[in-house]
Amino acid sequence: MNQPVDVSKSLPDANGLFGSFGGRFVAETLMPLILELQDEYSTAKKDPEFQRQLAYFQSDYVGRPSPLYFAERLTEHFGGASIYLKREELNHTGAHKINNCIGQVLLAKQMGKKRIIAETGAGMHGVATATVAARFGLSCVIYMGTTDIERQQPNVFRMKLLGAEVIPVTSGTGTLKDAMNEALRDWVTNVDDTFYIIGTVAGPHPYPAMVRDFQAVIGHETRTQMLEKQGRLPDSLVACIGGGSNAMGLFHPFLDDPGVKMIGVEAGGKGVKSGLHAASLNGGTPGVLHGNRTYLLQNEDGQISDAHSISAGLDYPGIGPEHAWLHEQGRVEYVSATDDEALEAFQVCCRQEGIIPALETAHALAEVAKRAPTLPRDHLMVVNLSGRGDKDMMSVAHYLGDKFK
Amino acid sequence: MSAAQNNAMSDTTHKVSRLEGCFAKLKQANRPALVSYLTAGDPDADTSRRLLHGLPAAGVDVIELGMPFSDPMADGPAIQKAALRALNNGQTQVKTLEMVRRFREENSTTPIVLMGYYNPIYCYGVERFLADAVRAGVDGLIVVDLPPEHDDELCQPAAKHGIDFIRLATPTTDAKRLPNVLANASGFIYYVSVAGVTGGSAPTPERLERAVADLREHTELPIAVGFGIRTPAQAAAIGRYSDAVVVGSALVDCIEHANTPDEAVQRVHDLVSELAASTRACRMVNELLSD
Repeated sequence: MNQPVDVSKSLPDANGLFGSFGGRFVAETLMPLILELQDEYSTAKKDPEFQRQLAYFQSDYVGRPSPLYFAERLTEHFGGASIYLKREELNHTGAHKINNCIGQVLLAKQMGKKRIIAETGAGMHGVATATVAARFGLSCVIYMGTTDIERQQPNVFRMKLLGAEVIPVTSGTGTLKDAMNEALRDWVTNVDDTFYIIGTVAGPHPYPAMVRDFQAVIGHETRTQMLEKQGRLPDSLVACIGGGSNAMGLFHPFLDDPGVKMIGVEAGGKGVKSGLHAASLNGGTPGVLHGNRTYLLQNEDGQISDAHSISAGLDYPGIGPEHAWLHEQGRVEYVSATDDEALEAFQVCCRQEGIIPALETAHALAEVAKRAPTLPRDHLMVVNLSGRGDKDMMSVAHYLGDKFK
Repeated sequence: MSAAQNNAMSDTTHKVSRLEGCFAKLKQANRPALVSYLTAGDPDADTSRRLLHGLPAAGVDVIELGMPFSDPMADGPAIQKAALRALNNGQTQVKTLEMVRRFREENSTTPIVLMGYYNPIYCYGVERFLADAVRAGVDGLIVVDLPPEHDDELCQPAAKHGIDFIRLATPTTDAKRLPNVLANASGFIYYVSVAGVTGGSAPTPERLERAVADLREHTELPIAVGFGIRTPAQAAAIGRYSDAVVVGSALVDCIEHANTPDEAVQRVHDLVSELAASTRACRMVNELLSD
């Protein structure tokens, strides 16, 4: 990029739009709530007491800052760029998801809500939501597709232990999209006492901006840590993308730094050409779903298609609207990694670094495997190690066949 | 611009729409409109066509025809399943508009309002959709996920094509927000009787009557009430003070529970007849008392 892209502070606009993406495409019943949330959030952003509380819980409860770790063995293995891992998997609950949940639950408390609902795919957002609901004494209902319940059993049990009610969603393919539909139906029915903690940078305004802001702590820390370690900014940032919250959290504080290249990795499933994937930007078209306009997997009649991915957390036919905008602007490069590539990178990370990444994160590592070898050692590449893979043991064992029997 | 052209234009502007005409006639007759909702293509194209064509004779005054969508966030299980049945049997936006066109070949008076979600219209192309809808004989649109904040997307273009954009008001629409909701509304106002999805719990009668009275102070448009109305008795109770009563999930349930297409058609039209009888009679008691 030659020209600095001055975007980080200006978007979305007052209507929640990133260019033509985003917006507030929701039923009238929800509009007053969304406007109220927007007001509350604008106030909280400027409120020193809210910020103080947020900082306190981020440090003492979540365990921030997460380390920026130089992955020496992975760097040697790929034989190119210097690879740094932003260790979001070390956060309480094992992923970046809690950064956002802490922020939103503080807002929910401030708004006097008694009941928390959320959708979850891999269960990491469900676990993080159940965790903050327990910590703040709020009742909690998690919607999860039956397919995902099947493949993410450990997380289902964790949510129950934390006191949440997990409601299986059978409609559609029983994955994240269907869980989100059901959470929206719950919200529209229980508007008075319920706060909906959306887990990614999607949904109606102000969610995409709000979730981004709560996740931006990842990028802010990375900037400080890399300056401390190397005295300069990283050359490239790599993150996996389902809805895109861990990627947006890492990217956003660097958007105005033209020297920092950013790569978002979508789930390629069995390959984008196979039609069995979850790569909304690489294999989708613009449309309107779940409150925002963005790129979607859909047929020509505007019916949403099913996404396919080995990773439950990326198995979503849409993507956050800001990513759609950054894609069209060309500021971020969006690529995809297949199930097989992710599984391969998953194992490399386990063996080279002694870190078991989430299958979602393994998609980012798969891109590193392609890109790092072509780059010189003085190229500083940061990968968002967005989550840990304990939850994926059963799936991985299944995919790797007899190896673990 | 010549005076003749001016006159011609104002003539078009003042042309009474099917919806206006329908509500004016019913006001004279002192009865509420019965509005039915069915999903286009449910359970299959042929049965859906038979269902649609028989509605006026069974007593429906205004037809809401659902454009099926894969992810109907504001609908309960009944209409979700209806959309899936229709889509699995190959229903498309083109086929839905074609259904309206064929209906218009034999009925030029009963208003048809297409109801659904924005994405299928957006993907069809807004201008192309509106032009085709006018040609087919569509009178109005209800698009659940287009609040007034997005009026430039479809509401304003629809007005240019002479298609009414029916706005939803809900129990959460407060006094501060109501003027925005009503600003570009036309046709009628659809009052969503309960915060929730379609086919959910029934509204509380007292609260509902008060809400409709409040709404009436802010608009001249007819007020329809829907969500959670299933029985002739409920329809009659609400029809006493509202201008229209919408029944959807109860009709759609008849389709789900029928064993054959013939049975589905029979059951839907039977329930419509019962609802029509009760809404036609619902204000007679009042009239007798006031005499």
